[in-house]
Amino acid sequence: MKNKHSDVHHHDHGEPPSDPVLRVKAIESLLVEKGLIDPAAIDVIVEAYETKVGPRNGAKVIARAWTDPGFKSALMEDATAAIATLGFTGRQGEHMKVVENTDNIHNLVVCTLCSCYPWTVLGLPPVWYKSAPYRARAVSDPKGVLAEFDTILTENTKISIWDSTSEVRFLVLPQRPAGCDDWSAEQLEKLVTRNSMIGVELALSPDQLKEIS
Amino acid sequence: MNGGHDLGGAHGLGPIDPEPEHEEPVFHAEWEKRALGLTLLAGLLRQWNIDISRHARERQHPVDYLSNSYYENWLAGLETLLKETGMVTAEELSSGNVETSAPVGLDKKCVKASEIIAILEAGSPSHKASVTAQLFDVGDWVQVKLFNPTGHTRAPRYVRGHKGIISEYYGSHIFPDESAKGKTIGEPLYNVVFEGQDLWGDDNDSTIHVDLWQDYLEKPS
Repeated sequence: MKNKHSDVHHHDHGEPPSDPVLRVKAIESLLVEKGLIDPAAIDVIVEAYETKVGPRNGAKVIARAWTDPGFKSALMEDATAAIATLGFTGRQGEHMKVVENTDNIHNLVVCTLCSCYPWTVLGLPPVWYKSAPYRARAVSDPKGVLAEFDTILTENTKISIWDSTSEVRFLVLPQRPAGCDDWSAEQLEKLVTRNSMIGVELALSPDQLKEIS
Repeated sequence: MNGGHDLGGAHGLGPIDPEPEHEEPVFHAEWEKRALGLTLLAGLLRQWNIDISRHARERQHPVDYLSNSYYENWLAGLETLLKETGMVTAEELSSGNVETSAPVGLDKKCVKASEIIAILEAGSPSHKASVTAQLFDVGDWVQVKLFNPTGHTRAPRYVRGHKGIISEYYGSHIFPDESAKGKTIGEPLYNVVFEGQDLWGDDNDSTIHVDLWQDYLEKPS
């Protein structure tokens, strides 16, 4: 059942081997039959993270911070409480901290020890965030990591890395792009990508948004 | 423990190769959905905590840990804990057939589908009153102890022995090293900022923020 060292192989993401399919089936049928798990509860969890709890929540937080100075101060002071006013609370978001990008500081979030990530505002982490190369190099070679996302910062920007080693979860407040001064919070949300809130990319410019939509 | 999971600074692991954000699905296979749901629901039976759960994944052979996909590591951790807490046996996992009964009364803790959303939205805060006094203030220099615990710890190898500055005091939170042994105690928690050149050499001009419990820290020598 378990991986033997002799047949260890690399699984490309997107190509699940059959082995975990069988293991999952065995665990689920055993726990259901023993009365320990309600299988319908799995469906509710999956639906929540596929449709409700995701990076659009975080985009609402960021767009609000860009347009409402009072909210932004509250967010920087006590992110957990400010984010809760928008209705985003709970698992893997119990202790939130927002870190702000400026002309001189660019923030980057990682979890070198596992995969800690602010679920309440970003949902479940992408495969690359949980991958060994990202976890290994984000702390030691952040410029190289950003280059792999085609993100090049200006010469005088210092990178500040946040390694999520406790239950505190970090959310990056990207800089508001130029050329959207008169945009509403709802319009601005579209510029806020998941990756910009992890810090591997900047928020989209209005031109970039036009290109992808 | 200095396991395969403690990756900060490691080389040779290849490119990150991210999927484009707008193309990446939340799950890449049906079994991943069940693995996530089963892990969360089994955790809600309260036979272990999040630190025990992390440690169960870390305890794998580093070759397995690094060869497995993310949810395969979750599955491996779940199987270990299910066996260790007597919920299922190795034989049952192999055959898929029930041969033993679960610990008496545990089925009363089974979480119903109708209760899940409220549980997810409530979360599980890690604040816990400390048994030790706060020793450091924002702005203080500290040094991470040079230690090599064989159990679970959240002090990554790459900061051990290094000096940094306290940038924030978070209050007192559950101490993972003891929590992973089933003992819940509070301990002051800080954010400590390190200079990249101190950790990685002169050509690194970044700063690295790491959350560290007071037990990991001492006054610089």
